[in-house]
Amino acid sequence: MSTKTPTRPPQSNLARRKRAERVFYALCLAATFTAVLLLVLLLYGVIRDGIGRLNWEFLQSFPSRFAHRAGIKAALYGTLWVISLTGLIAVPIGVAAAIYLEEYAQKNRLNAFIQMNIANLAGVPSVVYALLGLALFVRFFGFGRSVIAGALTMSLLILPTVIIATQEALRAVPSSLREASFGLGATRWQTIRLQVLPAAFGGIMTGIILSLSRAIGETAPLITIGALTFVTFVPRGPMDSFTALPIQIFNWASRPQQAFHEVAAAAILVLLAVLLVMNSIAIFLRQRQRRRLS
Amino acid sequence: MLPRQKETEPSAPPASVAQGVLPFSVRVNGTRRSAVSGAMGRGREALARWVCFVCAFLSVATTAGIIFVLSEETIGFFQQVSPIAFFTGTEWAPLFAPARFGVLPLLCGTFLVAVGAGLFALPVGLLSAIYLSEYASPRVRGIVKPMLEILAGIPTVVYGYFGVFFVTPLLRRFFPNIDVFNAASGAIVVGIMILPLVSSLCEDALSAVPRALREGGYGLGSTKMEVSTKIVVPAALSGIMASFILALSRAIGETMAVTLAAGATPKLTLNPAESIQTMTAYIVQVSLGDTPVGSLGYQTIFAVGMTLFVITLAMNILAARLVKRFRNVYQ
Repeated sequence: MSTKTPTRPPQSNLARRKRAERVFYALCLAATFTAVLLLVLLLYGVIRDGIGRLNWEFLQSFPSRFAHRAGIKAALYGTLWVISLTGLIAVPIGVAAAIYLEEYAQKNRLNAFIQMNIANLAGVPSVVYALLGLALFVRFFGFGRSVIAGALTMSLLILPTVIIATQEALRAVPSSLREASFGLGATRWQTIRLQVLPAAFGGIMTGIILSLSRAIGETAPLITIGALTFVTFVPRGPMDSFTALPIQIFNWASRPQQAFHEVAAAAILVLLAVLLVMNSIAIFLRQRQRRRLS
Repeated sequence: MLPRQKETEPSAPPASVAQGVLPFSVRVNGTRRSAVSGAMGRGREALARWVCFVCAFLSVATTAGIIFVLSEETIGFFQQVSPIAFFTGTEWAPLFAPARFGVLPLLCGTFLVAVGAGLFALPVGLLSAIYLSEYASPRVRGIVKPMLEILAGIPTVVYGYFGVFFVTPLLRRFFPNIDVFNAASGAIVVGIMILPLVSSLCEDALSAVPRALREGGYGLGSTKMEVSTKIVVPAALSGIMASFILALSRAIGETMAVTLAAGATPKLTLNPAESIQTMTAYIVQVSLGDTPVGSLGYQTIFAVGMTLFVITLAMNILAARLVKRFRNVYQ
């Protein structure tokens, strides 16, 4: 046994490591609060520009060549039309598709392919859906630049999100509930309709609201299928031409006059307010659902 | 909160009696409903299943529709413009005479924005994910995560507005020579847009790393930073890479923010101070004008759309593979 090892004590690197730890922690914290700061800056920028133009008349006026008279009535109604129709089309189809994948589908290649396909569709850029809508609904079916063409395009766009969200909600329903229902002699469809769907209702609604709020903000598909940017009437039916809130914002923001930028900012405030209300409802439903299932 | 069902069907149809099944009914949610409803019930069962299947299959039809529509117009386009000229040409001027159909300037603009956005969003997103998953108390997470969700839910046209009227003036204060519309401001707002996506996907990947690995590190006397960077991040690497690829694919497909902020000048340049045009912005620009159906100008947007679709699809599939590999390791 050698006792002649060098007697120099091992250099402690603890101080250096602790310093590195503090720097790293500060970096991580800064990164997180960058995101929060950006949100604040963004809201500040929009409110600074837009709050002065926001009043009741703004909501009640049609667009105008004169910035001080311009309003968002046509855009609000257009958005309402498109989103209502999108909901009517996409929600039943999306929920049914999710029911098939979660409740009926056996593990086989076809169903795995459908599932993978939905995941891939969720990542397709919205402007590609717009091209599909342009060729299929506007040209092939001859709907023209109408509300229904916009709603159908938007429905295809949000279907993957609706399906995935509904699947998650259905998966959260405990299987004991289904088994109890089968045990009482209910068929699969009766189980789905009377047990699974009511139990998953909150989760499904949350997913639907979040998908629809994404659709409200989508601009590119509606511009590409040819929604107009200067509309001085309210659509009366699904075949009418229309404009929508984000399109109106895009149009005003790309004009050179400063006064129109303020109008755009005011319209953004309305859009954000609508989204905020929808998201709050979704969060409320999610919280309530959590309490019920736990 | 179970909704009361309207009962319209007979509680025990005679068909089931004829079949020798005892008709009986159960009370579900306070309503009488038939448990054995015979042929009619079985028909309804099959119908429900079939309708649900058709709805699910619609997604496959959508993909087929996208591929068909894009291919049809792209083939028409390539009958007039050679694919070699399209993929190697360095000038994009399809609506002027003489027309030039080189897609490289649009690709270059797209990647300039995506890379710039990535340079900002990937490191910041990963660091914030490390903070949220390794450092933050539940209370801080409860405040920060909803804010990230709000940031993720803001429409892209709003980011476009923010880019033109907030980021660009700020940039011009420091660099007075940059264009009014420039790639840098587009890249910054797209970076802000994809930041929440990177952050939440990375956090999912980090949280999925088993506790035991971390505890092993702490047991050996590591600091939190050492555990995070030498154990947790390497263990979650494929999940992190997947989130990076998904975020970049989102940045490439982003439309309105770059249409507003980055300009409409297709240019083969790597200078972020200049005005450029992305593939998505070109599609919007043509859609806003009156380009006749069937013309070469109309077909160009489908050819560009096809290029965009193939690039993003390849990236999404790659990301899905990585996630699958990551799941296989830890489950």
